[in-house]
Amino acid sequence: MAQLDTSSSGGGKKGGSKTKKLSTRVDLTPMVDLAFLLITFFMLTTTMNKPQAMQINMPVERDPKDPPPPEVPAAKVLTLILGANNTIWYYEGLESPEIKNTDYQEIRNILLDKKKRVEAIVRPGDKITSVVVIIKPTDDSNYKNVIDILDEMAIDKIGTYTMVPVTPQEMALVDKFKNAGATTPAAN
Amino acid sequence: MPKHKIARKSTAVDMTAMCDVSFLLLTFFMLATKFKPPDPVEVVTPASISDTKVDEKDLMLITIDKNGRVFFDMDGVQTKKELIDAIDKDRNLGLTDQEKVNFALSSGVGVPFNQLRSLLKLPPSEQKSFNSPGIPVDTSLTEQNELFKWVAYGRVTNPQARLSVKGDGAAKYPVVRAVFATLANKKVQGHKFYAVTSLKADPNKPEEEK
Repeated sequence: MAQLDTSSSGGGKKGGSKTKKLSTRVDLTPMVDLAFLLITFFMLTTTMNKPQAMQINMPVERDPKDPPPPEVPAAKVLTLILGANNTIWYYEGLESPEIKNTDYQEIRNILLDKKKRVEAIVRPGDKITSVVVIIKPTDDSNYKNVIDILDEMAIDKIGTYTMVPVTPQEMALVDKFKNAGATTPAAN
Repeated sequence: MPKHKIARKSTAVDMTAMCDVSFLLLTFFMLATKFKPPDPVEVVTPASISDTKVDEKDLMLITIDKNGRVFFDMDGVQTKKELIDAIDKDRNLGLTDQEKVNFALSSGVGVPFNQLRSLLKLPPSEQKSFNSPGIPVDTSLTEQNELFKWVAYGRVTNPQARLSVKGDGAAKYPVVRAVFATLANKKVQGHKFYAVTSLKADPNKPEEEK
């Protein structure tokens, strides 16, 4: 097929000629190798094309006819305030002046610890069986902080969390603790 | 004499046929591959452990860049043609056919309605150089919230479309809140949406990080 008959060009088999016959046949193996490599690449990129995403479910507006949501005992609530420069302010309970500072590495231990403590106080018949996390991003936080903390909920398997705007009282509290020189971990 | 008759067979296999087949397949995959559509702006998405894949069919994509500018895009040239027709009719923009085609082929727009015409005068390849201020968005559902209008038009054009938000990690929270609040609305049925993220290792999985 892809080769030429060279038998006559070399002077014949019994011609006694010393010149070596060079085959015009090209070795196609590297070319096939390359072609298959590219096929593999295109096959993989075709399927890997779809972007990854996390699903976010936002609450819809409440229908006034719906039954009110169950009351949450203060002991089962952890509030996270997402501040500027990748810091988190957090406090336990509903209204607590004891506000602490942490970052996105440490928050996992805090959440897991709180989750464990809440699950220890759950009694049979309780409506709220796990920690309720209230996420309050401030205007200084960014999209990465929001996604990180929602992802953290998925990692720590915390199913009950909500995202609400931060209140002015909380902002005042954060400012107070910031100015008081609360233990601020090194910003990263 | 008999020795002379036996033809010596070469061990080299003819690669030509294999080469033909492999290049045929290569050509097929090259043509069949649809590369990631270009973003209207460069966006660095945050990472999450979620590995849910988003199908690129029936999609409304809202892009937030690091300066908080909001862009809107839908998939499919035909869908986008219907979308711009609806907007043009509803808002009396008076777009020409060429401007509509420029929209259908674009990779998303990020301008208020009153600047849409000057953006669409440019062919899709030059729209990136247009100084897009972003689609106005706030937490209300009034006329000022033009993203809500876009999503509502998109809903009408393709009722099956899923919403997906692709935000830059550095985008400030106020604009994120406005976008989320716009979507979480019964009128646009967007309270379930996807946030496009890159993948990171799940520390709960056996192949533990650190």
